[in-house]
Amino acid sequence: MTETATGTATGTYLIRGAAILGGDAEDLLIRDGVIAERGTGLSAEGATVIEAPGLVALPGMVDIHTHLREPGREDAETVETGTRAAALGGYTAVHAMANSNPVADTAGVVEQVHSLGRASGWVDVRPVGAVTVGLAGEQLAELGAMADSRAQVRVFSDDGLCVHDPVLMRRALEYVKAFDGVVAQHAQEPRLTAGAQMNEGTVSAVLGLAGWPAVAEESIIARDVLLAQHVGSRLHVCHVSTAGSVEIVRWAKERGINVTAEVTPHHLLLTDELVRSYDPVYKVNPPLRTDADVQALRAGLADGTIDVVGTDHAPHPSEHKECEWAQAAMGMTGLETALSVVQESMIETGLMTWADFARVTSTVPAAIGRVADQGRPLEAGEPANVILVDPAARWTVDPHKMATMGRNSPFAGRELPGAVIATFFKGHPTVLDGKLNTPYRYAADTAGAGSSS
Amino acid sequence: MKHLLSTENLSAANAIRILDTAEEMAAVGDREVKKLPALRGRTVVNLFFEDSTRTRISFEAAAKRLSADVINFAAKGSSVSKGESLKDTAQTLAAMGADAVVIRHWASGAPHRLAATDWIDAAVINAGDGTHEHPTQALLDAFTMRRHWSKLKGSASTGADLTGMRVAIAGDVLHSRVARSNVWLLRTLGAEVTLVAPPTLLPIGVEHWPCKVSYNLDETLEAGVDAIMMLRVQGERMNASFFPSTREYSRRWGFDDARLRALDELGLKDTIIMHPGPMNRGLEISSAAADSPRSTVLAQVRNGVSVRMAALYLLLSGDTREAATTPGTARSDKESN
Repeated sequence: MTETATGTATGTYLIRGAAILGGDAEDLLIRDGVIAERGTGLSAEGATVIEAPGLVALPGMVDIHTHLREPGREDAETVETGTRAAALGGYTAVHAMANSNPVADTAGVVEQVHSLGRASGWVDVRPVGAVTVGLAGEQLAELGAMADSRAQVRVFSDDGLCVHDPVLMRRALEYVKAFDGVVAQHAQEPRLTAGAQMNEGTVSAVLGLAGWPAVAEESIIARDVLLAQHVGSRLHVCHVSTAGSVEIVRWAKERGINVTAEVTPHHLLLTDELVRSYDPVYKVNPPLRTDADVQALRAGLADGTIDVVGTDHAPHPSEHKECEWAQAAMGMTGLETALSVVQESMIETGLMTWADFARVTSTVPAAIGRVADQGRPLEAGEPANVILVDPAARWTVDPHKMATMGRNSPFAGRELPGAVIATFFKGHPTVLDGKLNTPYRYAADTAGAGSSS
Repeated sequence: MKHLLSTENLSAANAIRILDTAEEMAAVGDREVKKLPALRGRTVVNLFFEDSTRTRISFEAAAKRLSADVINFAAKGSSVSKGESLKDTAQTLAAMGADAVVIRHWASGAPHRLAATDWIDAAVINAGDGTHEHPTQALLDAFTMRRHWSKLKGSASTGADLTGMRVAIAGDVLHSRVARSNVWLLRTLGAEVTLVAPPTLLPIGVEHWPCKVSYNLDETLEAGVDAIMMLRVQGERMNASFFPSTREYSRRWGFDDARLRALDELGLKDTIIMHPGPMNRGLEISSAAADSPRSTVLAQVRNGVSVRMAALYLLLSGDTREAATTPGTARSDKESN
C-alpha cells in the first residue's frame, strides 16, 4: 500500500466473508470513507480485495482512557507512537488524558494535542480536559473554553488524581451540563491512600507494602453517584477495580442515576498475587486486586453494570520501573494487548460475545465521549471505522516488539488469544496484515473542523 | 540457598541448619582468637540505605570473624544520595567483585529486586527491608529461644526446633519487619505464636497468618507464655491516630513493672522477655523489665553475630547440599535463581 489517502477520498476495499460482530459471514465494501455496501457476493471494480474467512469484523475500538504523555513526557510516549500502538491494537479513536505537562487545562493545550493527533493520522485523538487547574483540585479549569475549542472536549477528568473536594465535584458535574460534557472521576480518597503501594489485603500484609483499601475507591464512587443524582448530571467512573464498586454502580443504575463505569483489561485478568515478585511492572493505580474482585468485574462487564473497557494505557520509561517497588511509577501499557486480554477474560470464558465486545469497546465509549462518527453499526452508509480480528490467533507478548515506547506490559511473556489483522480508520487501512500501513491524511481545509470531516 | 531474603519460604531444614551452624560459630566467639579463615579473599558489602548502626556492626563483626573483606556502603554521603539508582549501585558493586551484599533498605522488597534481576550476581542477605522482613533478626531470636527452650527441657540445642513453645509478640506489628519474619520462622519451627497489639497496629489480613491475635496483653500473659517479645513503638504513630497517647499505649500494651510482677504471680518463672532493640524504655518496655534477669536483650545482640556468621558462611561457602535436597516452593526456587 503506497497510496496516501487525502480527506475523504480514500481507496476502495472489499472485505470478503468476515463474520460481522462474530455472526454470519458477509462482505463489506468500503469506499470513500464509508461502508458503501454490506451483503454477500459483493464485487467492485478496482477494489482491493481482503479475503477474511475466519476473521471477525468489528467497529473500530474507542479507548475512553489513554495516556499519550505528549506534551511533556515525550521520553515515555508521543502522540505519534501512542496512536500507532492504538491502531495496531484495533483502535480508531482514543481519549488522551489530561495529565500532560503542561496539563491539558486550557483550550491551547487540548488544541495542540488534537492537532498532533490529526497530524499523526493513525486514530482520532480526542483530548480529555482537566477538571481543575493544574489537576490541583482547587479551582475549575476553563471547561467551556475547552468544550468550544477545535478539540471539542466533552470528557473532563483529573485522572491520576481524584476530584476529592465534594463541592468542587458537585460544581464540575453541574457545569459540564452546559455543553453535554461528562466528568470522568478517578475515584481515590486521598487520605485513605496516602503512600499506598498495592491493594490492602492478605498479600500487602505479608509483603509489608502500604495498602490501598477498596473502601477508598468505593466511598468516592458512592458519594459521586449521589452527587450526580442530586444535580442531575452525567458521571463516568474511571477504572473500577473492586467488587464493592461494581455493587455501588449497580445500585446507582437501578435508581436511574446517569452513571457509566469503566474497567481496564488488566483488572479483568491479573491479581495482587503478582506483587509477591516485587516487580514494579505490576504496580498500577488503582492497584491489582483479588481474584474475587476480578470475577465481580467480569460479571459486571458482562451484565452491563460496567459499560466500557478503557485501557488506562500508561507508558513509562524503563528507569521508572527498574527500581525499588516504592520508587516505581504506577501504570501499565495496554493499547496493544486490550483486545486479546478482553477476549481471554470475557469471550473465551463464555461471558460475552463479539457483539458484546463491540458494545463495550466501541459503541458505548464513543457515546460517552460524544464521538459521533465512531462506534457506529457496520451498515451501509456508516463511517468506515472497522477492524478485522483473527480470534484463532495466539501470540506471546513481547513489549520490545510493540509500537508504544513503553516497555511496561504486565503481560510480557504471556500467551494471549486474538490478533488485529486490519484497522480501517475513516475508510483508510492504518493496519493491514497485522502490520502498520500508512496513516490517514486529512484534507488541509478540514484541519479545524473537528472529528467529523 | 543462594540468598537469604525472607523467612516466609525458609524450610525447617534450612532454618535448623543455620541455627546449628550458628551454635558452632558461637563457640568461635568464646575462643581467645575469635576468627576463622573460612571466607578469606571473599568480599562482603554492607549496603545500607537506612541508618542502622546495630545491624551494620553486627554483620561487620560476623564477616570479619570469618576473615572476609568488608566494605561499608551507606546511602548517606554516597552517590546514592545524589540520585544514583539501586540498579546502578548494584552494578557498581558487581563490577567491584562483591561476593555477598548485605542490604538494609527502607523500601519493602528491595533485596528481592537485587536477587531477582541480573544487576548483580552476588548472594543477597536481607538485613531488613521496609516493613517486610528482617530474617536474620528472626533467626537470632529463634536461636535465643531455642537455647532457652532446650535448656528447660534438658536437651541439646543442636538439631532442635521450638515445638510447643508459646511466644507472644507485642507491639506495632503493622510496621514491623521483625514481627513478620518471626511469625513465619516460629511457625516453621513449631512454636505457638500470639500477636498482641492495638487493632490499629495489626495489618488487614492478619487473621490469615499462622498465629493467634489478641488485643489484650494481660489475658495473653494469663494464658501462659514462655517468651514475650516487645516490639519497638514509635511515639510519632500517636500523631497518625494509631493510638491516642503514649501513656495510654504503655498502660494497655507496654511491658511495665506491674506485668513484670504478674509473671511471678502467674508462676511463669521461666518466661523470658525479648526485645530486638533499640528499646523505648518507659514506652513499650519498662527499665525494670529490660534489666531483669528474664531479659535476653544482650544475649540477642551476642547471638546476632553468630547467626550472621552462619548465614554468610552457608551462602558463601558454596555448600548447597541441603538446599538441593529440600526444595522450597516454586516461588522460593525462583528467588534463589
